[in-house]
Amino acid sequence: MNKPSTFRRIITVDLPVLIIVLFAMAPFAWMVLTSLTPTQALNATGVSISPAGWSLDNYMRLLQQTSFLGNMLDSLIIACGTMALGLAVAVTAAYAFSRFRFTGRKLLMLQFLLINMFPIVLLILPLFVLMRRVGLLDTHFGLILANATVAIPFAVWMLTSYVGAIPKSLDEAAMIDGCSRLTALRRVVLPLMLPGIISTGIYIFITAWNEYLYALTLGGRNVRPVTVAIQTLIGEYQIEWGLLAAGAVVGAMPATILFLLVQRRLIGGMTQGAVKG
Amino acid sequence: MPYMLLAPAVLVTVFIVFFPMVQALATSFYDLILWKPNASRFVGFGNYVKLFADPVFWTALGNTAIWIGLTVPLQMALGLLTALLLNREFPWRGLARGLIIIPWALPSVVIALMWRWIYDPNTGVLNDILIYLSVVHSAVPWLADPDLALYAIIATLTWQGFPFFAVMILAGLQGIPKSHYEAASIDGASTWRQFVHITLPGIAPVLATAGLLRVIWVANSMDVIFVMTGGGPGYATHTLPLYAFVRARQNLDFGYGTTIAVTFTILLGAVVALYLARTMREVER
Repeated sequence: MNKPSTFRRIITVDLPVLIIVLFAMAPFAWMVLTSLTPTQALNATGVSISPAGWSLDNYMRLLQQTSFLGNMLDSLIIACGTMALGLAVAVTAAYAFSRFRFTGRKLLMLQFLLINMFPIVLLILPLFVLMRRVGLLDTHFGLILANATVAIPFAVWMLTSYVGAIPKSLDEAAMIDGCSRLTALRRVVLPLMLPGIISTGIYIFITAWNEYLYALTLGGRNVRPVTVAIQTLIGEYQIEWGLLAAGAVVGAMPATILFLLVQRRLIGGMTQGAVKG
Repeated sequence: MPYMLLAPAVLVTVFIVFFPMVQALATSFYDLILWKPNASRFVGFGNYVKLFADPVFWTALGNTAIWIGLTVPLQMALGLLTALLLNREFPWRGLARGLIIIPWALPSVVIALMWRWIYDPNTGVLNDILIYLSVVHSAVPWLADPDLALYAIIATLTWQGFPFFAVMILAGLQGIPKSHYEAASIDGASTWRQFVHITLPGIAPVLATAGLLRVIWVANSMDVIFVMTGGGPGYATHTLPLYAFVRARQNLDFGYGTTIAVTFTILLGAVVALYLARTMREVER
């Protein structure tokens, strides 16, 4: 009995959604196909659509002939460092914003929001000059600091809303039971914040991993994150699309996988049920 | 107590954001070429006077306007369509929502290179498809044609940014009570009227916030342009932040580059102020 309405649904919903999904996926899928086609075949006949023409040739070359793994390590250090720095300073700040009402609260919150809006190009030039002066150019720490300009304000805002969702009655109860403010923060609020901290952390990791302009300007020979390394895979005389595609696929993988994980967590909601009963 | 808890975050940001900002403002009053620091001299508003007489500045300003004016509405329209579809019931909804978001998670360098490959005049797949469908008769040099390059990049950025709108709008749609639609259909309102009178007002706040946020983000983002064309051919794809960056990077002309960046920031300031006012009003509640 449902036949006509199911048919209608397929025409008006499933089909358009499928088209949009294909539109969203196609460029990346094309990149994957390109990376699987060996260079000679790519130059001769173009991208191979059938699995018969696929090989891991480009990936082998990527790992054997370039310093791509080392670049991955650079990106990992920078992304983890940014995550640690961002979370460390943002957790207490978020707690302060959500639990206290003090003079300058609004102004300080506004300040963090404002920083997030600054054009990166306004910061990148003076940061380059400053870091050159103190010798931080081309170091992991320099890039961690640079990425923190984006990560800290973002983390403060994200976490403030997470702490705001944890009932005040919980830390008040802990303080009546004899905990100090900081103990209450550590023992009661922090565990409840954990899902928020994890999502925010992963988010920072992804942004830092994907970041390009700071990496290009403030990095160099010693520290070359993946995003810059991918671009150096462009050959000197001719663009090696196969190798480049392999680098792009590998370089995009960590962030994409993490993103799919955190997405479910964000949708799943946070700390429901903590104060029930 | 709250100040103590805030101190680390504030100190770090003062050090890595506000201090460099002040530095930038100061630099914009100097004639500073990085490889000859001794020739640096104070020129007052000289850089700004030079800027307003610079034809490239006006080209870049125009490009920035087209860039924002087309990208954000296109992203929003496509995002709205996607969100409306995803809000319907169908079996593989969760999967579709996960897959659609993918462009947003990719590094912008990868996106830029990917589309350069697709747009490639000799071996790119877009030309192959269009020639096969007889839409065009010979290969189109998408990124090398000054009249097309900017729009080709706008298409790329639309692709990159529409999932963000889709997710935000979907959340807004799910906040509209079902009973409103039931009441309307009992009163005999058509689907279109329901959309105009219930759906649109329901998601208007989300559209405004996401739109403002996106204007700021799109205005600032230059990495995709930088990797795709580097601002060329000629100045055809220069936007203001890109001009500032290229100027400082290639000529090491930090004084003038910073001047462009500061001017751009001031222009963007109006949009930022609107967004801040909106967000702070929500925090008040």
